[in-house]
Amino acid sequence: MIPRVVRRRLTSGLMTGVVTALCLLAILPLVFIFGDLIAKGASSIDWAFFVRNPAPAGESGGGVANAIVGTGIVVGLAALIGLPLGIGAGVFLAEYGGGRLGWTVRYVADVLNGTPSIVVGIFAWTFIVKPVGHFSALAGSVALAVLIVPMVARTTEEMVRLVPNSLREAALALGYPRWRTSLTVVVRSALAGIVTGGMVGVARIAGETAPLLFTALGNLNFSMQVTQPMQTLSLQIYVYATGPFDDWHRLAWAAALVLMGLVLTLAIVARRVTRSKYASR
Amino acid sequence: MRPGPGLLGRNRGDAAYRAVLTGFALTLPILMLALVAELVTSAWPSIGRFRWAFLWTSVWDPVAEIYGAAPMIFGTVVSSFLALLLAVPLALGVAIFLTEFAPKWMRQPVAFLVELLAAIPSVVYGLWGIFVLIPFLREQVAPPLRAVLGWTPFFQGAFYGNSMLAGGIILAIMVVPYIAAVSREVLLAVPASQREAALGLGATRWEAVWSAVLPYGRAGVIGACMLGLGRALGETMAVTMLIGNRHDISLSVLQPGYTMAAAIANEFAEATTDLYLSALFEVGLILFVITVIVNGLARLLVWRVARGAAVGSKAL
Repeated sequence: MIPRVVRRRLTSGLMTGVVTALCLLAILPLVFIFGDLIAKGASSIDWAFFVRNPAPAGESGGGVANAIVGTGIVVGLAALIGLPLGIGAGVFLAEYGGGRLGWTVRYVADVLNGTPSIVVGIFAWTFIVKPVGHFSALAGSVALAVLIVPMVARTTEEMVRLVPNSLREAALALGYPRWRTSLTVVVRSALAGIVTGGMVGVARIAGETAPLLFTALGNLNFSMQVTQPMQTLSLQIYVYATGPFDDWHRLAWAAALVLMGLVLTLAIVARRVTRSKYASR
Repeated sequence: MRPGPGLLGRNRGDAAYRAVLTGFALTLPILMLALVAELVTSAWPSIGRFRWAFLWTSVWDPVAEIYGAAPMIFGTVVSSFLALLLAVPLALGVAIFLTEFAPKWMRQPVAFLVELLAAIPSVVYGLWGIFVLIPFLREQVAPPLRAVLGWTPFFQGAFYGNSMLAGGIILAIMVVPYIAAVSREVLLAVPASQREAALGLGATRWEAVWSAVLPYGRAGVIGACMLGLGRALGETMAVTMLIGNRHDISLSVLQPGYTMAAAIANEFAEATTDLYLSALFEVGLILFVITVIVNGLARLLVWRVARGAAVGSKAL
């Protein structure tokens, strides 16, 4: 029989191996997904892909210019609506969030963060599409804004809380009123972190599809009118991936690679901003 | 002598600043209330018509105007639990490896890689699932599964690709980063003294993890799994593209299924009658209520370990 001490050591060594293997296994899909995106998408990306609109169904060629511009408009508008609200709510949570209202807002933000985005989509549909009578890019932006507000509120709060209290005390001691202290000293110091949170939020909504299905709807033609249906990369990937044509599948991979590149650039740049600011963390 | 108004701690600017910020903060509860009110109002005709039977009827017939959501509720629950079954060991492996065993230089980069999984849009997972995962399952996974376990009710029938299994696997890949990120933060919040005490008493490293660190963070880890469950329940695009979208209750994971989110995504645009639309809103309401309960409980559990911090929000 193996002595007890040896058995315990062996178990420990074995479990270390198991845990390491599980970690590797968790990363494996990432490698495959990125590999496939590049292998199947990169070859279709050329100049025409960026500047041309989709070809009629069944014909080959064409690009996704309409979807790229549409993503920019829908997501940009959502950020314009959602970021100020989210950042304001986050500063409130950090500065005055100690009481009952703070607890409620924090809790609601966390619950909304977990709300299925498709539910937010039908919510935006009843609020905008139904009364107006037609689909619109604006409705899509509102749906995305609803998603970004709670996200940004929580990251902003966290970043503002990181500002050392001594900074605040110094400003107050110099005779600054509280609002000026908060705005020009505390929030200002946390600005890099707040920007990061906002960019991460934008990166997340840029990839959203479900809330746009019944709001922005999608559009095969080039459109920049926010009161009309508009195409986005995510919607285009969905339509092309589930469609019957090989050429569509090819374009879906290419569009996915572009979308992934966009999302990753935002996320990684955002990380860089905080890393240099809070290098010690 | 009385101090001047500026020293009393009241300042008009302060009051205005606070009022504006409060206004911003109030948008969140207001949004939540509006969301609930809107869902209930829109679902009301269907609720009034079908009552509780909506939850366990499996007929979904837009022509006869009879709606029951049982297959979708079943599919949502089964696909999510299948996902957790696969994702929890992986995610806990990641969290334990990164907090307890990995060399220091490795921790940040590996954590970043896992979090990248959370940055991939759902629709890209769906695309990858259709063209890579499903062919792989069809050729490499389904035949041996059926050969070995085909006699159980869970692996019966022909495998065509779009199925509960495909949906569950893609969901598992998608929720791993959430569970891993939150459990990692929970494990990091376990005081070092717990670990040191166990090691000091002669425990091996694994025994320290298993008998000191994990029990201490148990509530938080369970909370992390529930957050993952919440994500899985509401995930739409990837599941819609892979699960097969059939109104059917089948025990076999090789067969197509349906989820609540997928039903809304697929049928909302073609819902021609008011009752059809209302039934879909009721599906949305049920989905919303379930995720709110799951997320609410999860947050309370996580907060118990990591007091009030926005745990998980850093997970990209």
